[in-house]
Amino acid sequence: MLYRSFFPRDLYADMDRLQREMQQALDLSPNIRGLARGFPALNIGGTAKSVEIYAFAPGIDPASLEVQIEKGVLTVAGERKDDEMAEKAAVHINERYAGRFRRVVALPDDVDANACEAQYRDGVLHISIPRSESAQPRRIAIH
Amino acid sequence: MADNTLATQTRTTQSDTDAARAEAALLPPVDVIEDAGGITLYADLPGVPKDKLNLHIEADRLTIDADIALDMPEGMQPSHAEVGLVRYHRAFTLSKELDTEKVGAEFSNGVLKLRIPKAEHAQPRRIEVRAA
Repeated sequence: MLYRSFFPRDLYADMDRLQREMQQALDLSPNIRGLARGFPALNIGGTAKSVEIYAFAPGIDPASLEVQIEKGVLTVAGERKDDEMAEKAAVHINERYAGRFRRVVALPDDVDANACEAQYRDGVLHISIPRSESAQPRRIAIH
Repeated sequence: MADNTLATQTRTTQSDTDAARAEAALLPPVDVIEDAGGITLYADLPGVPKDKLNLHIEADRLTIDADIALDMPEGMQPSHAEVGLVRYHRAFTLSKELDTEKVGAEFSNGVLKLRIPKAEHAQPRRIEVRAA
């Protein structure tokens, strides 16, 4: 086994996990961009009034996050530090992402980039971009 | 008859475990680092507020259970989801050298840091060698 001693792992749980991950990869991401996952993971949704983007980036100083909108393209970039290590420490499991990251999303045409709001809470960066006034549905009065 | 009962019982247990496993949950990524004094475990649980995090130690089993709570505007339609579930779950078996009475936990910005010290008797000791 790869991981030894302090956390002996349950073989069935491992097989279960493998099966679940394959299932999730097939089920939940029928995506033109393929199955590759980056860091941070992104969830994107929208309402009639706004576009909502959630970036799952735990353990980051919000001040070090760079969020940029340029020509209708949103970029989220930053760096995640590796764990502090004591001297003579041994790493048994290392699955968490560390290093620089950058993700880019093309926004729809009808958003108002100037009114974008971003907040970081519980390790999730939530970016909310309102759709521009002119794109809102309007009722036209008939005289 | 006795055989029958036993068979039924086995089946019930089997379906119970299946049901528990079927409840889909995300597997949070972790780092586990061991130094002379104990073990440090970091787990990424983005989107989990403090009150939705559940840590459980029973005998030698450590279980992490957490629910994601995001504030979404009303009527939001998801268009792309890489995090497709709202629950994290992961369990570990702890070895006997670890002192489960003295576990320290910190949780901030979606990262859980658990410190589990080694029991006194498992601490490394330097043995003096005396010249005879």
